Parts: sequence; C-alpha cells; structure tokens
Amino acid sequence: MANPLLEMRNITKTFPGVKALSDVSFEVGEGEIHCLVGENGAGKSTLMKVLSGVYPHGEYTGEILINGMEQIFRNIRDSEKAGIAIIYQELALVPEMTVYENIFLANEIRKGPLVDWNETVKRAGEVVKRVGLDVNPAAKIKTLGVGKQQLVEIAKALSKDVKILILDEPTSALNEGDSENLLNLLRDLKSHGVTSILISHKLKEVIAIADKVTVLRDGQTICTLDAHKGEVNEPVLIKHMVGREINNIYPKREHVRSDEVLFEVKNWSAYNPALGRTILKDVNFHVCKGEIVGLAGLMGSGRTELALSIFGNPDKYRIEGELTIRGEKKRFNHPSQAIRAGVAYVTEDRKGDGLILIQDVKQNITIANLREISNRGVIDSNAEIQVADHYTKSLNIKTPSIEQIVQNLSGGNQQKVSLGKWLFVKPDVLILDEPTRGIDVGAKFEIYTIMNRLVEQGMCIIMISSELPEVLGMSDRVYVVSSGIIAGEMPIEEATQEKIMNLATN
Amino acid sequence: MSSVTAAQKAKSASFFNNITRVLRENIREYGMFIALFAIMIIFTITTEGTFISSRNIVNLVNQAGYIAVLAVGMTLVIVIRHIDLSVGFLGGFLGAIAAIGMVQWGLPVWIVIPMTMALGVVAGILTAFLVAELGIPAFVASLAGWLIYRGAILVVTEATGTIIIPDETFAAIGNGFIPDIQMGAFLPERHKLTLILGLVAMVALVISEIRSRSKKMEYNFDVLPTDVFVLKLAFLSTIIGGIAWLLSGYQGLSWTAVVVLLVVAVYHFVTTQTVLGRHIYAVGGNPEAAELSGIDVKKITYIVFGSMGMLSALSGMLFASRLRSATTTAGTLWELDAIAAAYVGGVSAAGGVGKVVGSIIGALVMMSLTSGMNLMGIGISYQYMVRGAVLAAAVIFDVATRNRGK
Repeated sequence: MANPLLEMRNITKTFPGVKALSDVSFEVGEGEIHCLVGENGAGKSTLMKVLSGVYPHGEYTGEILINGMEQIFRNIRDSEKAGIAIIYQELALVPEMTVYENIFLANEIRKGPLVDWNETVKRAGEVVKRVGLDVNPAAKIKTLGVGKQQLVEIAKALSKDVKILILDEPTSALNEGDSENLLNLLRDLKSHGVTSILISHKLKEVIAIADKVTVLRDGQTICTLDAHKGEVNEPVLIKHMVGREINNIYPKREHVRSDEVLFEVKNWSAYNPALGRTILKDVNFHVCKGEIVGLAGLMGSGRTELALSIFGNPDKYRIEGELTIRGEKKRFNHPSQAIRAGVAYVTEDRKGDGLILIQDVKQNITIANLREISNRGVIDSNAEIQVADHYTKSLNIKTPSIEQIVQNLSGGNQQKVSLGKWLFVKPDVLILDEPTRGIDVGAKFEIYTIMNRLVEQGMCIIMISSELPEVLGMSDRVYVVSSGIIAGEMPIEEATQEKIMNLATN
Repeated sequence: MSSVTAAQKAKSASFFNNITRVLRENIREYGMFIALFAIMIIFTITTEGTFISSRNIVNLVNQAGYIAVLAVGMTLVIVIRHIDLSVGFLGGFLGAIAAIGMVQWGLPVWIVIPMTMALGVVAGILTAFLVAELGIPAFVASLAGWLIYRGAILVVTEATGTIIIPDETFAAIGNGFIPDIQMGAFLPERHKLTLILGLVAMVALVISEIRSRSKKMEYNFDVLPTDVFVLKLAFLSTIIGGIAWLLSGYQGLSWTAVVVLLVVAVYHFVTTQTVLGRHIYAVGGNPEAAELSGIDVKKITYIVFGSMGMLSALSGMLFASRLRSATTTAGTLWELDAIAAAYVGGVSAAGGVGKVVGSIIGALVMMSLTSGMNLMGIGISYQYMVRGAVLAAAVIFDVATRNRGK
C-alpha cells in the first residue's frame, strides 16, 4: 500500500501548564483537500505550527513523515524545503511593498549578488495569473482588498513549488464572493496536484470542499471523516467538535413587535476625509425596544463604518443627518458621549481595538465605566472586584481568576469579557459587530443566549454579521447594507439567504 | 525523635520550596530589588564599608534626586508609548529661570517654585500639542524641544554666565535636612525624627500589606504563603529600618529625599488607585481600545506630558538648589539617565507596562553604580561602559522573564 503524502504520528506538544496536543495522529493523501475542524483551543493551529516548523523538532514528541520519510524541521525554512507552505489568518504581507516584491520576499531571484528584478516581475506575473488574480504585480499590497491579498499569499506559496498548502481560517475575513473564489482556486489547485489542508470554522464551506475532514477536540484527534463516503454533514461535525448534541444553535426567542422606537438615524451620511470619499449615504434605520436588528451585508459594505459613525465617530468622518435616542436628538463627538447616552459598541476586532490584552479580566471589564466604581477619581477596589465577579459569573467567563491576563483566555472567553465590559456601562442600545467571529460553537451558543436575555430585559441590539445563518437565526428584523446605503429592509419572516445576498451584491 | 526531625525537615523544605516558587513566579517584580541589594553588597565589600556609610548613602540619595524625579515622569510617558527627550534641557532652563526669578526679579521662593513648575506644565503641553494634535512622533517633537531649550539656557545665562543663588531657603531643598527633635540623652548621636519616620513607615507598610492580603484572601485570590509573606515583611521592614538607621547616623532625612518620596507617593497612588491612572495604562496597553472605551486619548497625552514638564521643572530646581547656582550646562544628558532608569526599572517600550516604584529603584541602581565606582576610584570611561552593560542586562532580563511572567 502506498504511503500517504503526509503522516503525523502521535504528536504531543505541551506548553507550560497546558497539554496543547496529546498523541495526535493525522494523515493526508496526495491531491486531497483535507479540512481540520474543532473548537477554539482544540489544537488545530498548534498542530499546523508543528507541521510547518514554527515549533521545531525537539519541542514536541512524535513523528512527521512525508511520503513515508521521516522529516526533521528545525525551522520554517526546512518545512518550506519539504514543500509545505502555511498561510495564516493574519496575513504576512508587507503593505508598503509591491505584489512582486512580496511574492519573492526572502526568496529573491538573484543574478549574482543582486536581485534580478526583470525576472522577478515576469515570474510574479505568471504566478499571479495562476491564482486567477487580476492585478498589476507592481501595485502596492496596501491598495488591494483582503480577498486579493489572500490570493497574493497563495501566489507566494505557489512560487515556492509547494506540495502541501496549509490555510488557517482563510475565509474568516473574506466576503461570500471572495470566499467562493478562494474555494474554487483550491479545487483548481487540487486538479493540478496540490494538496491543501484547510482550517475553518465555517462548516458549510468545509462541507462544500472537503475530501476528508479531521476533527480535533481538546488536543486530541476525534475522528477523520470521508466526504466521498457521505460521512460529512453539519450535525455530525458539530457533534464531534463539541462532544455533545446541539439541537439548535440559535436559541429560540419570541419575536417582539414593539412600536417603541429606542434608536433611530435619519438621512445619515458620512464622508471619510482620510479616504477622500463618501462612505455612507442617506442611511435610515431604527431599532425598537427589545428588538435585535441584523445588519447584513458584505465585508466592506460600510456596516462597521456606520456603527463607528454612530458611536462617537472616533475616525472623524464628516457626518450629516440626525440621530435620536428615545426621540431625543443627539450629537456625539467622542465615544465617551455615546457611552453616556446609553450606546455601547462591541468591536469586530476584539484583539485589535476591543480589549487591552496585557491587562487582566477585571481591568478590562471595568475600563469603560470606572466612574461607577470610583469616588472622586479613586477606584474602590472592592466594588471593582464585585463587578468583575458578577460579569464573570453571569456570562460564564471561563478564567482561573479575574486577575488573569486576557491574552491567555480563549477567543470565546475574550469575546465574553468584551461583552461584559459593555454590559457594565448598562447600555440601552448595544451594537455587536461580528459578535461570534472566530469563536467556537459552544461559546457562540452562550453568546446568543445572552443576547436573548438582554433583549428580554428591554435592551435593543444592533447586530452586524457576515454570517447569514446567524443573521437569520437571531434577528427580528434585517437591514441589508451595500456600498454605504441601506439596500433593503425586511422582517425576519420574509428574510432568506438568497434575498439578502441579492440585495447585498447589487 | 526521627519523626520530629523528619517533620521539621519537611517543614523547612516546604518553606524553601515556597520561597523559590514565589521568587520564580515574581522574578520580574523582585528582580530589581535583588539587583539593587546585590550591587549595594558588592560595593560595600569592595569599598570596605565606605559605600554603606551614612554619609555616602545620604549623598547618594541627594545626588539621585533630580534624576529620580525625571524617571517618575518618564515612566508614564513611556507607558503611553511616547518618549520625551526635551526634559533635561527643559529642567536646566527652568532651573535658570527660577534663579533669575529670585536673583534678578527679586521674587520670593514660595512664588518662584510654583511659577517654575507651572512653566514646566506649559512646556509639556506644548510638546503634547505637537504629538496629540498634529501627530508628530514624540521622538521628533521632543528632540525639537531639546534643541530649543538648550539654546534657551544659553540665552538666559548669556549676560551673567553662572547665576549664583544666595537664597538659603531655596538652597536647603538640595542641601538641607529635616530638623531634629531633642530627647535629652536618648540616642544623642542619632537623628531621632528620621528614626521615628522610619518606624512610622515600617508600621504603615506592615499594616497595609496585612490588610491587602486579608482582603485578597476574602476573594480567594492567590496570596503569598504565610511564611513567605512574613519573610517579605521582615525583609522590607529591615530595609526601611536599615535606611532610616543609616540616614540618622549622619544628618537625617534630607529635603531632597522628602521631595522624591512625596513625588513617588503621589504618582504611585495616582497610577495604582485612581481612574486617571487606569486610563493612562489603558492608553498605553491599547490606544484604539482605550479610545473606543470612551477614554480621551488626547487628554491623557496632555496630562502625561504636562506632568513630565512639571517634574522637569522640579528636577531643574533640585539641581540648581544643590549647586546653589544655575549653570550653562545644567540638563546635559539628564533625559537619557531618566530613560535608562525607567528601562532598568522594568518599563516596556511596547507600552502599558511599568511602575513608578520600579523606575525609582532603577534610578537608585544607576546612581549606586556611579557612587560605588567613584569610591573605588574607577575611571569615568569605564563607568560609562559598566552602566551601559547594566542597562543592557536589565532589559535582557526583562525580555527574558516577560513570557514567564504571564
């Protein structure tokens, strides 16, 4: 019997205090698209870092074999030589450099001691074409969208004669169209003999593309499923991932029909002087008491910009239009004013501009409302501990202590800290921007349950989401945003994925 | 009998295990204290006790004063991810202004001191304006200030050269000592008030540590094991008592030390207990998140640079007071000494990390090196090299222990 292309045997990797991988075995056949799924912290990324030499030989136990030959990777360069290329969630491109410079970065084509720029540009052009990217190789990376940048990353990998391409959550930052392109590209590469390993949280995508799926849970291999034998479907995957049945990932809630408008914007337009263009045009929308309103749309359609323009406008757009809370006209020049008026905004990028990663759970939860736990500017540490304790318990934040540094928590728990911070400002209007991005199924369910609880208490929620099932599963009403305008509005009963996508892409 | 010794052995073994565990877990925090302690012991041995003499320790504290004050302000500037290179010559310049105020304008001390500090705040706010409003990197903005204040010192001292300050009250800040109380025959050779203050500090420390520990235990937080906690209290009390005893053997606590202690106390309180302090560290930890949390990042920038300017003024006055004059070269390289002290004290250039007390220890480490090497008769050229090596070692230690500290 032929050896599989890649075999990882009994891999165990420990970090101080944690066993990240325990006795994991993993096999990938030639020309396969193999998906790796599991909750956050299941060990997917760690396993791929072992494979790509980020954790060098000796820092783990177990063996890696390619075509039956044992491999010893001391660094990333060694694994690249063996034909393994890894593309991370956070893209590793230099924004100020051109496409061709990036593609051959650290792999420059030389003529003697010098770089052969003519050959570089020519070869870059070829490989860019191969990934179906229609850009000038001389364009700077920063001028490209995320989807195109992703393709440049793949082009970079292909320029190194890659045999195994590893993609870590490649579509998490892409819109539906770009995601579809990427999956098609993987299929195309497969037909040319490239083997891919794909880490993804999007099960639909996994089901659409995988030949085989390996599920990891708590650092262990749970099973490998074969799509060609019909073993791969959503309930099965979820069951293996969480180790329990989740009958309905969207907890039920009575849809309210309140007429009490809590929050409204009228003829809302915004011009971004940094980009030199109008980013929102004549936006009208409202949210009623106890309602979850979904803002659907593609990445870059202006939803986050809309949220920021409402939430005190930190990016200094030039804004026209009217904003009312409970019928009262408001104008915010800083997030602090929006917070005081009862608006809270949970950012889409919890690590980038949501949490202070080097501070502890307690400090992160109280930072936006220190006023409440202080007396003449002096913090009452007892009150602070009680507040942090309260939200840690009520949101079920899994942390050894409220003095734990937030950096050390899993994505789902970080998101809950972020949520706790904003619940502590006791808002009337809660804006959630991609509330479940990059977090595991169990934590998603908890967040949805919390959202339901909040609206039952009379809060209103504006939920920005790129995941259509989430929009359909959680909203009472849906607005579709497209190119800075509201392209459509519909009650949940009339909303379908097709309808929303239609509006979003037109 | 064997069972008794076994139990005793087990007990002492767990005690030492506790100590090594606590040291290992908190190596970042305690590292500087241990380094300072080690340096002091080494110099005490190499100078056959001269280093630890009352007179030398008093001098050391007085010499470290103006840098220590700058290091406190610099800590906060670095915490919010900026730097201020202008502080040295700003201090020198404002010291000259204070001298001119007293000598040429005939202003009384109690007006000159707040006036100079107010000017310092204005200077700091000017730097902050360039940084916060115009987005100029602090390195460049404060480098401009460095040049401007350098020139300004020369301008104001051009006519007179060094300005002698005859005012005795002003001179006392840098040279004087707190008064003593008379207790008849009781410890005639010692400065009693210094001893009493040392005792008060000791008691206050013990009480506050015990209270904070019992509060933490109430919330089931991690606390030091009892034996290690007692050892820590004993250690800290010994240090405070020892310093008070040493100081009391010469002329007691100097006014410079009082000023530094006050600055440290106020800044320590503000950074650890207040909303403002929390906001400063939030801005340093993640400015975007801070802004979205409703913190006015610009305002914090103004406050931190303003405080830096005020402390520069204080530093300049401490220096002028100590020399009883304002010189044309005052302020040279102070900013780099302050930055070095802050880094030795564990401040991180990545922002959001660094303690006021750490920077003071850093300043003491650097000043102890100078003092000790002077006593040993080591040439200035080698002194620079040793201080450079210590700075590098401190930062290497900091980086190496950072990941473990998490």
